[in-house]
Amino acid sequence: MTEKLVIIGAGMASGRVIEHLVEAAPSAYDITLFNAEPRGNYNRIMLSPVLSGDKTYEEIVTHDAAFYATHNVTCRFGERVAQIDRAAKTLTAENGEVISYDKLVFGTGSNPFMIPLPGHDLKGVIAYRDLEDTEQMMAMEQGSKVVVIGGGLLGLEAAAGMAARGVDVTVVHIMPWLMERQLDEAAGFLLRKALVEKGITVKCAANSKEILGQDGHVRALLLDDGTELPCDLLVMAVGIRPNVALAKDAGLAVGRGIHVDDQMLTSDPDVLAVGECVEHDGAIFGLVAPLYDQAKVAAATLLGEPAAFVQKDLSTKLKVTGCDLFSAGDFADGEGREDIVFRDPSRGVYRRLVIKNNILVGCVMYGDTADSNWFFGLIRDKTNIEEMRETVIFGPAFQGGGSVDPLSAVAALPRDAEICGCNGVCKGTIEDAITAGATDLGAIKATTKASASCGSCTGLVEQVLAVTLGDDFVAPAAATVCGCTDMTHEDVRRMIKSQKLTSMAAVWQACGWKTPCGCHVCRPALNFYLLADWPLEYRDDPQSRFINERKHANIQKDGTFSVVPRMWGGITTPAELRAIADAADKYDVPTVKVTGGQRIDLLGVRGEDLPAMWADLNAAGMVSGHAYTKGLRTVKTCVGTDHCRFGTQDSTGLGIQLEKILWGSWTPHKLKLAVSGCPRNCAEATCKDIGVVCVDSGYQISIGGAAGMDVKETELLVQVATEQEVIDVICAVTQLYREGAKYLDRIYKWMAKVGLDWIIAQVVDDLDNRQALVERFELSQSIYRKDPWAEHAATKAQQYQPLADL
Amino acid sequence: MSNWIDIAALDDVPKRGARMVKTAHGCVAVFRTGADEVFALDNACPHKQGPLAEGIVHGRAVTCPLHNWVISLETGQAQGADEGQVATYPARVEGGRILLDATFLRSRKVAAE
Repeated sequence: MTEKLVIIGAGMASGRVIEHLVEAAPSAYDITLFNAEPRGNYNRIMLSPVLSGDKTYEEIVTHDAAFYATHNVTCRFGERVAQIDRAAKTLTAENGEVISYDKLVFGTGSNPFMIPLPGHDLKGVIAYRDLEDTEQMMAMEQGSKVVVIGGGLLGLEAAAGMAARGVDVTVVHIMPWLMERQLDEAAGFLLRKALVEKGITVKCAANSKEILGQDGHVRALLLDDGTELPCDLLVMAVGIRPNVALAKDAGLAVGRGIHVDDQMLTSDPDVLAVGECVEHDGAIFGLVAPLYDQAKVAAATLLGEPAAFVQKDLSTKLKVTGCDLFSAGDFADGEGREDIVFRDPSRGVYRRLVIKNNILVGCVMYGDTADSNWFFGLIRDKTNIEEMRETVIFGPAFQGGGSVDPLSAVAALPRDAEICGCNGVCKGTIEDAITAGATDLGAIKATTKASASCGSCTGLVEQVLAVTLGDDFVAPAAATVCGCTDMTHEDVRRMIKSQKLTSMAAVWQACGWKTPCGCHVCRPALNFYLLADWPLEYRDDPQSRFINERKHANIQKDGTFSVVPRMWGGITTPAELRAIADAADKYDVPTVKVTGGQRIDLLGVRGEDLPAMWADLNAAGMVSGHAYTKGLRTVKTCVGTDHCRFGTQDSTGLGIQLEKILWGSWTPHKLKLAVSGCPRNCAEATCKDIGVVCVDSGYQISIGGAAGMDVKETELLVQVATEQEVIDVICAVTQLYREGAKYLDRIYKWMAKVGLDWIIAQVVDDLDNRQALVERFELSQSIYRKDPWAEHAATKAQQYQPLADL
Repeated sequence: MSNWIDIAALDDVPKRGARMVKTAHGCVAVFRTGADEVFALDNACPHKQGPLAEGIVHGRAVTCPLHNWVISLETGQAQGADEGQVATYPARVEGGRILLDATFLRSRKVAAE
């Protein structure tokens, strides 16, 4: 049977209660929602980004009219509840209407505390609590003056938000340093310095005496030392008081807040309370995480399910751009407590850990909060830190040996670290979704879109799940790159992009490599990822390349090499053939073979002879064929309209153009192309990584073929009309493959993971994206489209000789 | 009795790399690690005589370019499941120069005969 539920107050906690209820049992309650503010639920903690202009109000609305309509929530916004009769189980609205309830939930939140200074009722004296307050602050023009009383979290966010809008802001704080409840004096000093650099005036240990007015409007704040601070607006942000008036009138047990038990029940079993208005076990609540926990418990209680609210340790971060500040736990001085402090004045970094009996009980960080989650975890889990005491202050990266949590690299990421590049989803968004109940990958995909597109960040999302949920999460086993790391290729690629890792040492550090310099499995992969993602910043490391790519020739079983000069599109000339024959004679090449890629392989060349042989071939106009690379090999062609009576297009010419654009590029695995002049497909284009089949009306581009250990036929990507489109699409898909694929995955394997539809959406449907990919490819090619043989023959020939001959 | 001979400058061998030294009785690979230590080993993998000097150097090990056997530069032992050993020779760095012990290199000749 559907019961009547009335909720008083549309805040963040009550919004969550409604969500949990309609999700778990949509027909259990007929819900009526009162709200004194003339609007529904929005994310109040995001008012600061609205104030600073980083977000709009629309972006922070959590429930819109459609949500209430869908779930049959009767909205009475802008209406207060006048009176409650618990015996009759009714309440009276402001307009006199009497409404009955079966269950009642208080979500009346808190009231900002207004210091009763003379003049506090003047116009232009406001709190910082709701959208109206925010809008008044946003309305201040550049150069106008504002005084903020209160140097706590909220006051500083208000001050920074207005300062960002060009307002002249003064913060007046009664305590000796800012945020004294969360910070110690040293961190307070650094914070003050940062705010002053933002143009904010900060007055600490300052007592307000009177608010001065003119014509009923605020004019200035007078301090007790006689200083007058002129202002057009005065914001009081000195704290909040649970809003208990209505509950008190209704005869509920009330202390500082409305008393609730572990089930969020008040002294009346049909009345619950959640959020900032409650008092639980002596504590009241201002941060959002416990409110969400309460909402979950309240919903369960309403549905007759067992659940209990447990208070947890809390951490605080300041939402002020450029002030990285974190605090958690308890850090007052005390008996048996020891401090570990780390300072780096040049970087403005301060860290303080408070330890009691080898357990971390408090942590303050300023300037570099990257490891904050790790420290918070130590506090929360009461980890014994005796063994890492010497190095604990330096963070998780310095806790050597096998004791490092494989998740620490992800745990250490800041909340704004981008995890999913396709959908721009940050770690914090995923954490919030997990807190809100999305506890597996599917739910995260559905609620945040993270890993819902190309899927390359799946591993990282799972690690965020594991870090957040702890033992409750069972991650599917994924193959790591190698024994040096617990991360998968996809994880590492995301880290390189999102954390802007541009050197191998940075990757080792940020991803928690367990070996000093990797191994033969991970180093070539990292070298490729880095050069593909950072063509300008990263320099190719020959020592991380397999010998073939280091010496630009294919090693043979006896230690000799094979040399394959490039023949563009498989076309050669008598002069080139003579030069090849001369080189074969001069360097005693035992075997000369025609390859499947339409060129000539000289096998059995001594390593010492390579540079000289290359110089000879260069002199005849030939360059490396890159027959040894995970990179562009050949573009095979048929003779097309030049000679063939069936040819529909100039397949040879197009193949040569493609090869001249693509050559020298590095790819996750070898890349073979072919262009056939008609559907008879003499160039065998449909078993290449990328194939073009010419038809009367244009060019069919297909990808994902293979003719090796696996035999695959290509699948059609798109048919286009012009050669230029062929070139653009192929450059774009090559770049997409370079940026996304796992090292040593041919295109067909990559395609099986990301899906042909996704590739089509990226390079066929989205023309802007196609162009951007082409440009990134061209940027990389501006560095790599060159002949390594000429370079090595000119500058590195000595390295091909023995170091000494004894 | 040792008899150190100057082979080349340390910088002639790339960091995490190797160069080959020819001797009358076969080739010796001289390795330089990321920490600028040097090691000298026979330039032939115990598996199929792959040229170890062409391998990827990581930590104090090298991976053979032919079939990815990993050989310890300190002991010459094949690592992991593979079994086999390469001869190692004393090598050191002094004043930026790589020195090998000629006495040992000669004893190699005796062993070869």
